[in-house]
Amino acid sequence: MKPRIIVIGSSAGGLQALKIIFSLFKNDFSIPIIVVQHISPHSDNYITTYLDKICKIKVKEANEKEIIEDGTIYFAPPNFHLLLEENFTFSLSTEERVNFARPSIDVLFETAAFAYGNNVVGIILTGANFDGAAGLKTIKKYGGTTIVQDPKTAEVDTMPSSAIRESKVDHILSLEEIAKLLISLNKE
Amino acid sequence: MNNLDIKNQATINIEVILLLEAIFQKYGYDFRDYSKAHIKRRILHRMSTSRFSTISEMQHKVLNDEAFFEQILKDFSINVTEMFRDPSFYLKFREDIIPILKTYPFIKIWHAGCSTGEEVYSMAIILKEEGIYDRCQIYATDFNQVVIQKAKEGIYPINKVKEFTYNYQKAGGINSFSDYYTAKYESAILNTDLKKNIVFADHNLVTDKVFAEVHLLVCRNVLIYFNKQLQDKVIRLFNESIIPGGYLCLGSKESLRFSDSFHHFDTIDDDEKIYKRKLHFKR
Ligand SMILES: C[S@@+](CC[C@H](N)C(=O)[O-])C[C@H]1O[C@@H](n2cnc3c(N)ncnc32)[C@H](O)[C@@H]1O
Repeated sequence: MKPRIIVIGSSAGGLQALKIIFSLFKNDFSIPIIVVQHISPHSDNYITTYLDKICKIKVKEANEKEIIEDGTIYFAPPNFHLLLEENFTFSLSTEERVNFARPSIDVLFETAAFAYGNNVVGIILTGANFDGAAGLKTIKKYGGTTIVQDPKTAEVDTMPSSAIRESKVDHILSLEEIAKLLISLNKE
Repeated sequence: MNNLDIKNQATINIEVILLLEAIFQKYGYDFRDYSKAHIKRRILHRMSTSRFSTISEMQHKVLNDEAFFEQILKDFSINVTEMFRDPSFYLKFREDIIPILKTYPFIKIWHAGCSTGEEVYSMAIILKEEGIYDRCQIYATDFNQVVIQKAKEGIYPINKVKEFTYNYQKAGGINSFSDYYTAKYESAILNTDLKKNIVFADHNLVTDKVFAEVHLLVCRNVLIYFNKQLQDKVIRLFNESIIPGGYLCLGSKESLRFSDSFHHFDTIDDDEKIYKRKLHFKR
C-alpha cells in the first residue's frame, strides 16, 4: 500500500543526509514529505531555498493551514512546532520546547500518527539528541512504518541509536537504501 | 501486535468530540473549533500523565472536578510568550505605524490573547519612548484568568531578562532595558508607570462579543490554534472592533491573505503581518 505521508526528523548533520536522500528522487516522486530539521530559532530560509534548487521536486517551508500537496517536501519553520491535521493541512504551535527543540520531531511524528495511522512512514536520521524516539514509537503503535538511519552510517549516531533503543523499528538502513525503499513505496 | 486499529482510532476521535462538547456545556469554554491536531495531542498527553486508560474515563473527571478542568484549560491554552518577541515586528511598527498614531489625539489599543503580559508591556515601552503613551488607552485581554493575573503583576523571572534585553535592542529600543525594571531576588519587576493606562480583562475571542472599538488591535500567535472557520469568525470580530483606517497586527506566521475578510484590509507589511482596515469598503 502506498503511504499517504512521509515524516522525517533530523538534527546535527541533517542537511547533508537529507540532500543525499532527496537528490535521488525523480520528479515522479509524489508522496508528500514533511521534515523537522533542528535549526536555530533565528535562522532564515537557507535550507529550503538550497534544497529546492538542487532537487527535482518542490521544497518549501510549511505555512499554517496550507494544503499539503503531492510531490512536495515541506520543512517546519524555525521556532514553531509543526503539527499535521487530518484534512491534509498544517498547524503551527509556539508551545514549550519538547526535548529542547522547537520545532520538535516528536510533535510532528505524534500528530502524523494520530491523523494518518498506518498510512505514515516515519524516518529518523543523524542527530546529537533524543528527539524523535518517542514519536517514532507512536507511529509504530498506530500501525505506521518506521525507518532509522543505520547509526554506523550517521554523522552523529545519538539520535538514530536512541530511536532504535526506544522501539522495534521496521528498517535500519543507509541513506541510499532509505531513498531506494521510499522510491519503491512511491511506486506501489 | 498492539497496533491501534482503525476502529479504535475512530473511537478516539468520537471521544475527543464528546469531551470538547462536555467542556463547553459544563464550563462554557468552546474548544470545538480549535486545531484538532493540537487539542488531540494535548488530550492524549494529559490522559497518559494522569493515568487514565480512555478519554471517556477522563471526561468523568473533567466534569466532576473543577481543579482538573483548570489543568486541562492550561493544557489547551499555550501561554508561551516573551518581551519583544519577533523584534523585527516592533522595529517595523515603530517605523511605519507610530508616525501615524502620533497624529491621533487619543489612541485606543487592544491586545487580544495577551497571555502573561510581556507583549503589552513591550508595546507600552515603545509608546513611552515615542512620547504618546499618555494619549493611549490599552486593553489587554485573555481567556485564561491565571495568566491575566500574572500580566497584572508584571513580574518576570530574572533569568528571562537577558533574552528580553537582546530583543529590546533588536526592536530599536532607544534606552537601556534596565531602565524599565527593578531586580529583586529572582524577579524583574516592571515599572508601575508602564501599567498606568493598561486595563487587563478576561475576554474569550470565541464566545464573547466585541470588547472595544480600537485604532490598533494586536493579536499575535493566537489564531494559529484555531481551525480555518474559527479564524474567519474571529477575524470578522476584529473587523468590527477596528475603526475604519485602524490597524491589525498578527503573529509572524499568521496571515490575513486566506481569510474571508481579506478584502476589508490593506496589507501594510506582508512579512510583519501588519494590516489596515479599509476606510470605505466597496464591493
Ligand atoms: C501563544 S500565546 C500568545 C501570547 C502573545 N500574544 C505573544 O504572541 O507572545 C496565546 C494566548 O492566547 C490565549 N487564548 C487562546 N484561546 C483564546 C480565546 N479563545 N480567547 C482569548 N484568548 C485565547 C491563550 O490563553 C494564550 O495566552
